[in-house]
Amino acid sequence: MHIIETGNVAAALGVKLAGVQVVAAYPITPQTPLTEKLSELIEAGEMDARYVPVESEHSALAVCIGASSAGARSFTATSANGLLYMHEQVHWAAGARLPIVMCVANRAVGAPWNIWNDHQDSISQRDTGWIQIYSCDHQQIIDDTLKAFRLAETTSIPVMVCYDGYLLSHTYMPFEVPEQEKVEQFLPPFHPSYALDPSSPANLNTVTLPEIRTDVHGEMAHGYMEIRYLLQEDLRKAVQVVEEIDAAFQEIFGRGGAPLVEPYRCDDAEYVVVGMGSLTYQLWDVIETLRTEGHKIGVLGVRLYRPFPDAAVAAALRGARGVFVMEKALSYGYEGALCSDLKSALYDHIPDKSRAPFVKGLVAGIGGREIRTADLTDTLRSGLVGSIPEPGWIGIQL
Amino acid sequence: MGTRGYRYKTSHSLPGPGDGGNTGSWRVQRPVIDLTRCTPAKRGAEACFACWLYCPDVVVSRTIPPEIDYKYCKGCGICAEECPTKAIAMVDESVYHEHVEG
Amino acid sequence: MTTRTTILSLPKEEYVHPGNRACTGCSLGIAYRIGLKALGPDTILIVPPSCLTVLQGLFPVASTKLPSLNVTFASTAAAATGVLEALKAQGREHTKVVAWAGDGGTADIGIQSLSGAAERGDDFLFMCYDNEGYMNTGVQRSGTTPQGAITANTPFKGKMQQRKDVAAIMTAHGIDYVATASASYPLDLYDKIKKAITLKGVKYIHIHTPCPPGWGFDTRYAVKVGELAVETGYLDLYEVEKGEFRLTGASAKTLEKGTRKPVREYLQTQSRFRIMSPEQAADAQARVDATWSTYSSGEG
Ligand SMILES: Cc1ncc(C[n+]2csc(CCOP(=O)(O)OP(=O)(O)O)c2C)c(N)n1
Ligand code: SF4
Ligand code: SF4
Ligand code: SF4
Ligand SMILES: [Mg+2]
Repeated sequence: MHIIETGNVAAALGVKLAGVQVVAAYPITPQTPLTEKLSELIEAGEMDARYVPVESEHSALAVCIGASSAGARSFTATSANGLLYMHEQVHWAAGARLPIVMCVANRAVGAPWNIWNDHQDSISQRDTGWIQIYSCDHQQIIDDTLKAFRLAETTSIPVMVCYDGYLLSHTYMPFEVPEQEKVEQFLPPFHPSYALDPSSPANLNTVTLPEIRTDVHGEMAHGYMEIRYLLQEDLRKAVQVVEEIDAAFQEIFGRGGAPLVEPYRCDDAEYVVVGMGSLTYQLWDVIETLRTEGHKIGVLGVRLYRPFPDAAVAAALRGARGVFVMEKALSYGYEGALCSDLKSALYDHIPDKSRAPFVKGLVAGIGGREIRTADLTDTLRSGLVGSIPEPGWIGIQL
Repeated sequence: MGTRGYRYKTSHSLPGPGDGGNTGSWRVQRPVIDLTRCTPAKRGAEACFACWLYCPDVVVSRTIPPEIDYKYCKGCGICAEECPTKAIAMVDESVYHEHVEG
Repeated sequence: MTTRTTILSLPKEEYVHPGNRACTGCSLGIAYRIGLKALGPDTILIVPPSCLTVLQGLFPVASTKLPSLNVTFASTAAAATGVLEALKAQGREHTKVVAWAGDGGTADIGIQSLSGAAERGDDFLFMCYDNEGYMNTGVQRSGTTPQGAITANTPFKGKMQQRKDVAAIMTAHGIDYVATASASYPLDLYDKIKKAITLKGVKYIHIHTPCPPGWGFDTRYAVKVGELAVETGYLDLYEVEKGEFRLTGASAKTLEKGTRKPVREYLQTQSRFRIMSPEQAADAQARVDATWSTYSSGEG
């Protein structure tokens, strides 16, 4: 069924279809309508789940951590300072290997207060051990939410589905709502390898020593470092799992493809602009204009940000002379995190450094600053002749 | 991962004694029950068991007579202090070590 | 009137393993051991960082025979709610959910999530063991550290402020059951837990647990020190069941017999109070007297 709804509603419908058992959330713009929708669905009896109206985001994720540890499919959503307030819990959920799914309606972080879109909130959670997916439109939001549960439960790693606040969360767009039976075919019920249970007692997330140690069966058990290594190893393997799950989804729903990176007119491109989220599709229009001017330029949308699909990114950029990375976040004091990651991927995957493209980091849309298509076009046009005005923050008025 | 094949991917602990090792080695003094003064021992019937109730380390048995597991008893002396008949004496461990060594 | 548990009727089954890492003479060991007997095997515990985390064992060994979830310091009550909601979603409501936190994890960093859960009426038991300080991090002051006590971060002058009354805060939430208890009176604690788990919503039990190294007294007196706290009225054993206040056990007896001892006798047992000023000691006594003047004997 096709409907016209907001991105927040797309996410809520994905959560409903996924058969989530426990939802916990705390209101924050622009996530709020998503969780209001869920409370509506649950109170109306259209969704068989428990909704916990917690007193903070820290507790929202705590509820999910408790529920997931006890074997329930759990969901939360937040934005900006709500995500930052969760930070300790974000790490905890990954270290405990809990397959929680969280939607992040991306918003700028304070100070100063700003409720509009950028990516600083989720990018600042990059190193927590969560999988991060960036949706670019409403169809992707609902599809990614469904895939996220299967991905989380397959890898025992929590997943963040990130989408742009307001630009996607509050805009109305048509999208297809998957059928429940097909969803059930795609996403089997959650059966964790262990759930808290008095009939097989275990103490979870116990203080863990630096060194390995013998367990009660006389077998060697890992130390903290091994636990952390296993998370890293499974995250690296998750790149492939993302592809497998996307293929399975495509088989059932006939939609998908390009779950790691989405190249657009990159095949013959001498220059590639890289972006995440809704900006990606705006860039499609920009390069169409530049193409008509004779520039061989393409767009690479990064859909999976963690684990970073370094091989796919480098492969898509092979042959390019120049790369423009356009970001809505910064690692303050250096450059955009995506820009650094991308450079690192090129360094690893293009052995002949003389053939590596130049990489130019650009910043756009911080705190909801309007990203005008004309400005993007102008900036890239000057970039092609190597003359982007410093500091490369598009639309800044200094 | 490597060859060791750890049982879990998380910190998942299973119940068992002696997490802290043989905590009896922490002891400076040893509780020793004088059965001639211990009520259940004297009566040959269930009674008192204050030492069992108050032992923080789960090392006094609820039996006639009560017995102390010296492998784990930390020697706090709570049982001696709470015994209503003063049947438990705290004896310096050095006494036992000299005995063993000599 | 429920029958009182005696030593002989107390279940023999133990849920704590010996050889754990709690300090010698830690009275938390008594409260925990007896508390788990009251809860029984069909229980899931939620525990934040504290001395109890250490007592419960270091990976891969658990000193507790019940399943337990270690959670972040501020999140105990919310994580308990999560476990509870999962059990409901799975039709496992028979399993009891019990949060067990220190005073820091309850009165200070954990109070927001506890208050939230109490207001929502989530159905679990929250137990605070109060050793009156952050013992796990080396005896710093907490909200429940009493005035005059020397701690690692009130090193010379002692804590200047009064202790926070968490049981009163929880009572103000209008929940069905709030009780105070002491490791020195394990049977009173046992009966309170037994009652609490029959009631709905958040139930709160605040357990005084004397800490030999943190408070400065010889390990063998751990139970005696706790008893003196009660006998002097410094800590009252009571329960507030559906709004009805009742002194219990030794406190009720003290009131009945009029045998309350001077607070000084309690304070003297611990080196943490060694620099307490006469004014502070007098104030401590005056506060106890004021509280006790509100108690009337005869009616429960
Ligand atoms: C967010 C956070 N802040 C600080 C700590 C450090 N910390 C661990 S245990 C503890 C004190 C615990 O005090 P309490 O709850 O009273 O338990 P106790 O150790 O006294 O038994 C502190 C401060 C932590 N683990 N997490
Ligand atoms: S407390 Fe004393 S009298 Fe009572 S059982 Fe123990 S040793 Fe015997
Ligand atoms: S109370 Fe203390 S001294 Fe007595 S048996 Fe238990 S651990 Fe040992
Ligand atoms: S510091 Fe105090 S509360 Fe903590 S384990 Fe030691 S005796 Fe128990
Ligand atoms: Mg404490």
